[in-house]
Amino acid sequence: MEEIKLHYDVPGDDFTRAGEASADLKSRLKKLGIPSAAVRKVSIALYEGEINLAIHAGGGAIDVVIGGESLTMILSDHGPGIKDISLAMSEGFSTAPDEVRSLGFGAGMGLPNMKKYSDDFDIESQVGVGTNVTMKVYFDA
Amino acid sequence: MAQTYFHSVTLDKDLCMGCINCIKRCPTQAIRVRDGKADIMAERCIDCAECIRICPHHAKKAIYDPLEILDNFKYKIALPPPSLYGQFNNMDETDIVLNGLLKMGFDDVFEVARAAEYVSDATRRILQTESIDRPVISSACPAVAKLIRVRFPQLIDHVLPLNAPIEYAAHMAKDEAVEKTGLKREEIGCIFITPCPAKVTAIHAPIGIEKSEVDAAIAVKDVYPKLISAMKHTETMDYLASAGRIGLGWAESGGEAAGLVSTDNYLAADGIENVIRVLEDLEDEKYGQLDFVELNACSGGCVGGVLQVENPYIAKAKLKRLRRYIPVSKNHLTGSVPAKMLWNKDLTYNPAFELGGTQRERFEKYSQMEKITAELPGLDCGSCGAPTCSALAEDIVRGLAKRGDCTVLMRRRMEGVLKALGKETENDD
Repeated sequence: MEEIKLHYDVPGDDFTRAGEASADLKSRLKKLGIPSAAVRKVSIALYEGEINLAIHAGGGAIDVVIGGESLTMILSDHGPGIKDISLAMSEGFSTAPDEVRSLGFGAGMGLPNMKKYSDDFDIESQVGVGTNVTMKVYFDA
Repeated sequence: MAQTYFHSVTLDKDLCMGCINCIKRCPTQAIRVRDGKADIMAERCIDCAECIRICPHHAKKAIYDPLEILDNFKYKIALPPPSLYGQFNNMDETDIVLNGLLKMGFDDVFEVARAAEYVSDATRRILQTESIDRPVISSACPAVAKLIRVRFPQLIDHVLPLNAPIEYAAHMAKDEAVEKTGLKREEIGCIFITPCPAKVTAIHAPIGIEKSEVDAAIAVKDVYPKLISAMKHTETMDYLASAGRIGLGWAESGGEAAGLVSTDNYLAADGIENVIRVLEDLEDEKYGQLDFVELNACSGGCVGGVLQVENPYIAKAKLKRLRRYIPVSKNHLTGSVPAKMLWNKDLTYNPAFELGGTQRERFEKYSQMEKITAELPGLDCGSCGAPTCSALAEDIVRGLAKRGDCTVLMRRRMEGVLKALGKETENDD
């Protein structure tokens, strides 16, 4: 079976557009008849990822590969990178600026939720170079 | 699909001009124009009535019962919804409407607002338990319940498994009438005065139960002229009003939620586009801590129903006046939530938007769809009869349309042919 590939660019200059990729992906997955529990996990994990790209990284790219049994999302950016990944992964830790917090973001749940809602989660980051996050969701998990 | 569907929203083919107004407005992309006439896809339609609102030729209409249906019953009980009271001028009390209904030929009235107060009470009790996923989503608007069924399977477990107030009103009305008259249950007719086609559909094809207790539905706009003249002759009036502020509040958006009293941690949205946005966000768990979500497909709530007479915002102002000086609630449950109030059938997902077939087939159809979408002009002009280019691509993959339906592609092809023949294209625009 042929894999389905999708690509999204997340702009860094317009925060109000964050969330469009996860909404688009969600409607496509519903058409494809992917089980709804998996659709939910994918759209929450990707939504958090988009918000992170928009807030912290000045935008970035999302590549999605939909296979027969699972879906993989790769989020890559050329942002500032993360100094201490394990600290960034802890619930409640946030470096979000005040203007973003006033919109209700910045609770320090972005990365923890991305991990929580994906079945496989991998993060690589280099300060000054950027960050790559890979999330995988299995359809029958 | 073996399922058959009843819909109140239907098309009058003779009046349909085949324009694209309805296909563009439909929130579930359920309408196509084929062979010059609109065609409603039954499995996708949620009876929200947006197409009835927009159709300039009045070709979309709601099916409901004629006033003559009253003759079918030995004992006829009117079930007026609270939104009905907002349709009339210079009214200080709901008794004028209720007595008017008796004068116009009903043997009895049972206020839906009264049943609504019991439903509010039952909802309060359910919210005290953890039996349903939070936030609990109201099931009172049948168009919303149907929308959740076709588009938001993940939210089905959040839907309040309670019958809408009209169902419980019909139950209680019949129980009381049997007692009062000694007639058999089937000789008694409960006739709902409906503000919208979604309620008509909910009576014929109920959600959550096998069969509705409501026997017929007549439209507010049909009742209105007769009722208004009957209301002029209510010099002597019986005291019939039996609902408080909470019951009357159900007429408008936010009223059901406000009637819970026990929590102010709720959200109320109205208008089908707003409802869809809220459901999308709920599905993505964007609102963490809400207890209750009230959604109404019509702007303003039930006062905005397509079969109403009065402007919904004026109706709201009139209702406000009627709510003065009446108790908060006149009806309270004693004991636990009666079984008759509860659904006895699960809400099930109706995957009307899936491409269908095995997973392999769905993936193949999807890839084809993407390929075709890329070939189409992307104008979403609707001239092909589908609301968007991607909807046309999907129809082509489903075998319901062909590439040649795209007028823009056809024109380009024509121009290519003419050029190949060495002729200049006539430029008349």
